[in-house]
Amino acid sequence: MSNVRPITSQPVPSDDRAHEADHPTSLVAKFGMDQPLKLDCGVDLAPFQIAYQTYGTLNAERSNAILICHALTGDQHVNNIHPVTGKPGWWDTMVGAGKPLDPDNYFIICSNVIGGCMGSTGPASHNPATGKVWGLDFPVITIPDMVRAQAMLIDRLGIDTLFCVAGGSMGGMQVLQWTAAYPERVFCALPIACATRHSAQNIAFHELGRQAVMADPDWRGGRYVDEHTHPHRGLAVARMAAHITYLSDAALHRKFGRRMQDRELPTFSFDADFQVESYLRYQGSSFVERFDANSYLYLTRAMDYFDIAADHNGALAKAFTGIKTRFCVVSFTSDWLFPTSESRALVHALNASSARVSFAEIETDRGHDAFLLDVPEFFEISRAFLQAAGKARGLASGEGQS
Amino acid sequence: MSMQQTLPLPGVTPERTGGHRTDHLLVADMVRPGSRVLDVGCGDGELLQLLESRGIDGRGIELSREGVNRCVAKGLAVVQGDADTDLVNYPDDAFDYVILSQTLQATRQPRVVLENLLRIGQRAIVSFPNFGFWKMRLQLLVGGHMPRTENLPATWYDTANIHFCTIKDFVQLCDEINVKMERAVALDLYGRPVPLNLPWWVWNMFGEQGVFLLSRGGGK
Repeated sequence: MSNVRPITSQPVPSDDRAHEADHPTSLVAKFGMDQPLKLDCGVDLAPFQIAYQTYGTLNAERSNAILICHALTGDQHVNNIHPVTGKPGWWDTMVGAGKPLDPDNYFIICSNVIGGCMGSTGPASHNPATGKVWGLDFPVITIPDMVRAQAMLIDRLGIDTLFCVAGGSMGGMQVLQWTAAYPERVFCALPIACATRHSAQNIAFHELGRQAVMADPDWRGGRYVDEHTHPHRGLAVARMAAHITYLSDAALHRKFGRRMQDRELPTFSFDADFQVESYLRYQGSSFVERFDANSYLYLTRAMDYFDIAADHNGALAKAFTGIKTRFCVVSFTSDWLFPTSESRALVHALNASSARVSFAEIETDRGHDAFLLDVPEFFEISRAFLQAAGKARGLASGEGQS
Repeated sequence: MSMQQTLPLPGVTPERTGGHRTDHLLVADMVRPGSRVLDVGCGDGELLQLLESRGIDGRGIELSREGVNRCVAKGLAVVQGDADTDLVNYPDDAFDYVILSQTLQATRQPRVVLENLLRIGQRAIVSFPNFGFWKMRLQLLVGGHMPRTENLPATWYDTANIHFCTIKDFVQLCDEINVKMERAVALDLYGRPVPLNLPWWVWNMFGEQGVFLLSRGGGK
C-alpha cells in the first residue's frame, strides 16, 4: 500500500488498457454481422467480440467444462498474470492445481462480459460503424445479455452442456441467469454471495458511484476518450464507495482500526491521516488504471436491472420449475451487500421447484469480498460439491483428489 | 432448538449394525427405494448418506451451520434452516417421505410442524424421546425432580427440549389431527427396537423412544 496518493494527479489511463478493449491479451471469439447479439433493449449488436481465457483441456466427451462468471470489476484473467496490472489472476485462490477448480480435471472458461473493458465489446471498444469509441452510444446491456453472449461463445467452443457455472456477486447473478435461461445446459451451479435481484440499497450504492463518475467534469458526457481526458477522480470515488460495501465493519476495524498512516499525530488537515483513508485512496487510484469509467456505468446498470422473478411474473420459483441442475448456494455471514437472507430466498424458490440444492453460510468477518479470499471452509465445500456432482456426471476419476 | 440431536444423545454410544446405526437402519427400512426424502434436522448427514447409498433421492435441513457444512462437504444436498420457520416454504407433496428425528420435542409448535411434515411429504417418519419411559416416571415419582437420563442429560433450565411428550400423548395428537399410523416401533436406550409386539402401555413404559411411520388419514 502506498502512502498518500491523492486522487487528483492521475494521468489519462495507460495505452495498455485502451488497447486491451479492442485487442485483448487473450483468446477472442468474433461474431460477424450474420450473428448479432440480441439485446434486451431491442438492439441487435453486430459485429461483436468476446474475449476469454481457458485453462485445462476439454475431455473427449466434452463434459468437463466449467464456465466462471466474473464480478463487476473482474475480467477473464482468472488464473494468469493480468496484462494491465501485472498482478495474479483474480480467483487464483479458487482456480489452479490442487485448488477446487483444478485445470487438471476441468476445462475452465472465463469470458469478459459484454459491456466490459478487457476485450469483449463494450463502451470502451471502437464502434466499427464510426471508427470512434462507443462511449454512451453503446446500448444498455443486462445480465441476460451477458449470459446470451456467453452461450454463443460456448456454442462456438462446441460445448453442449457445461459441467458447472460458477461465480460470485455479479458473477453469481450470471450463474442464476444461466440456470433460468438454459437449465438443460448447466449440470451444476455454484452461485456465491449473490441474489436473484438487486436490492434497493444496492441500486442506491450504484447510483452513488455513477453520479460520482458523471459529476467529474472530465467525464465530458461520456466522450472523454475523444476529448483526451479521463474522469479518474469520479471513477476513483465510485470505487472507494463501492469498496467499503465489499468489506465489513469488523474487517475494516481488524485491518486498520483507527491507526495512523506513517505518522504519530493528526496533521489537522484533510490529508490521509488514517490508514483506512490511505487504503481507500489506493483502491480508488489503482482501479482507474485498469477500468473504463463508462464500462463501470454500464455494468452497474446491468446489475440494477437484474430481477429473475420479474421475468417470471413475480414468482421466483417459476424461473426454476422442473430444473435438474444441482445447486450449491453459498453466502457469507458478514456480507451485507448480498446478505444471507437473499441467498435464503433463492434456496426457498429452488426448494419449491424441487431442485437439488445445498446451501451453506460461511462464517467470516471479511464481508462480500470473502469469495475472492482465502476462506478454507468455502473451498472445502466447493470442492466437495464439485466432486459429488462430477461423480453424478460420470466424469473420469481424479476430480480434485488433492 | 437443536436439530443435530439424532438419537442416541451424548453419553450413549449407539448400537451399530454393518457400520450403520441401528436406529438409522430401522428408519431407512421404512423408506421405499427410489423415493424422495427430506430429512429435517439431518445433523452431520449420516442417515442421508445411508439413504443415498440405497438410491434414495435425499435432501436435508439442518439448523447448525457446522452440521450443514459437514453435509455439503460430503456432497449431500442440505440447506441451513429451522423446522419451526422454514417448513412453510416447501410446497405440498414435494417429497415422498419427510423424516423428523429426535427434534419434535424441541420445536416451538410441534403440532404445526407435524402438520407441515404431512403436507410436504406423502408420509412422515417421526422419532422422539418418550417421556413416559419408566426411568423418567421413577425420577419424578420418587426423586420429585425433572427427569434427566443418559440420552437427555440437560437440566430443566437449559434444555432445548421444550415440548416433551409420551408415546401415548403422541398417539393422541395423531388421532386429533387425523394422522394415520402405518407403523410404530419402540426403541431402547441404544436405538435397538424393543422386540416384542406389546400393548401400548408397555411401550409407553419401556420404550426409550418411539419411531412412527405416518401418513395422512382419510377424510374425517
